[in-house]
Amino acid sequence: MHRTKVKVAEGALDANETIAEANRSDFDRDSVRVVNLMSSPGAGKTTLLERLLEKGLGDTRVGVLEGDVQGSMDADRLSALHVPVTQINTDPGFGGECHLDANMVRSAIPSLGLDAIDLLVIENVGNLVCPAEFKVGENARVMVSSVTEGEDKPLKYPLMFRTCELVVVNKIDLLPHLDYDLERFLTNVDEVNPGVETLRVSARTGEGVEALAEWLIGAARRAPAPA
Amino acid sequence: MHELSLSSAVVATVEKHAKGRKVSVVTLTLGTMRQVVPDSLAFYFDVVSRDTVCEGARLEQNIVEARLRCRDCDTHWRPELPQFRCAACGGADIEVLAGTEFEVDSIEVETEEEQACTAPR
Repeated sequence: MHRTKVKVAEGALDANETIAEANRSDFDRDSVRVVNLMSSPGAGKTTLLERLLEKGLGDTRVGVLEGDVQGSMDADRLSALHVPVTQINTDPGFGGECHLDANMVRSAIPSLGLDAIDLLVIENVGNLVCPAEFKVGENARVMVSSVTEGEDKPLKYPLMFRTCELVVVNKIDLLPHLDYDLERFLTNVDEVNPGVETLRVSARTGEGVEALAEWLIGAARRAPAPA
Repeated sequence: MHELSLSSAVVATVEKHAKGRKVSVVTLTLGTMRQVVPDSLAFYFDVVSRDTVCEGARLEQNIVEARLRCRDCDTHWRPELPQFRCAACGGADIEVLAGTEFEVDSIEVETEEEQACTAPR
């Protein structure tokens, strides 16, 4: 037996990124802009989507792709809002993958009805680490961080905070009841991702939801940046 | 859990290059900004490489420290905390020089020595 060294020099996530680029081409072909919505579990992604979609996004036609480890609770909640919702479960993996990857999104593309939407919101699996590693073909990344999570999260999970274009601070109606220091959180966000846009919202009271709707309408109209 | 999906990506990349040959060593370059715990990656690598050409292979990880440069004032630094705003001028236009690597550099595969010479005698 003989040992031979083989040069590889390949990014371990290149395979995922190749598929993500193929997804991007498919989305571009139908002029659909894609937002990858990420957060920890329970930050309020689905409730925020409910508030957003109740009023709609003007003449921007929205579709939602729901990623969950199991079940279709989130998709069921959103289906009442008369937007096309597609569910993916990551369960058939190793006890359920903790994120969406490009291939899972690829498998859902035929059922998304891309010709009838302008903006696809992909609600990723609730997790502050893994989803940040896996591109799925999005044009922009938005993350939701709720005030009950503490102001230190950007420093603990810099990977996700660094790769997003917008940080939405949710549950601001709870601020009077918490020791949470919003200014410190925003300083921490700025340390990790200098100059990133932030919005303060409450999915419960509806405060700030309009500004988020405007941001998403803007994202849907923006010409795609080169992949 | 992060390291589980990443180690699966490593095994898939290696399988592509091993072309069915048994792999004895996998050498990776890993930047500290990837937030990967090397011991955890090694643990999951052992788990996911079972029944693949990587089974029993040794995982060597070359860790690369993060290095940043401010495009405004050309200050270079190694962030100890995740701080990406320039400490010298407060600039936000930062170039990441190193620290985001996650690459399979090389593998060592086992081959039959006879295969080295296939020319007719």
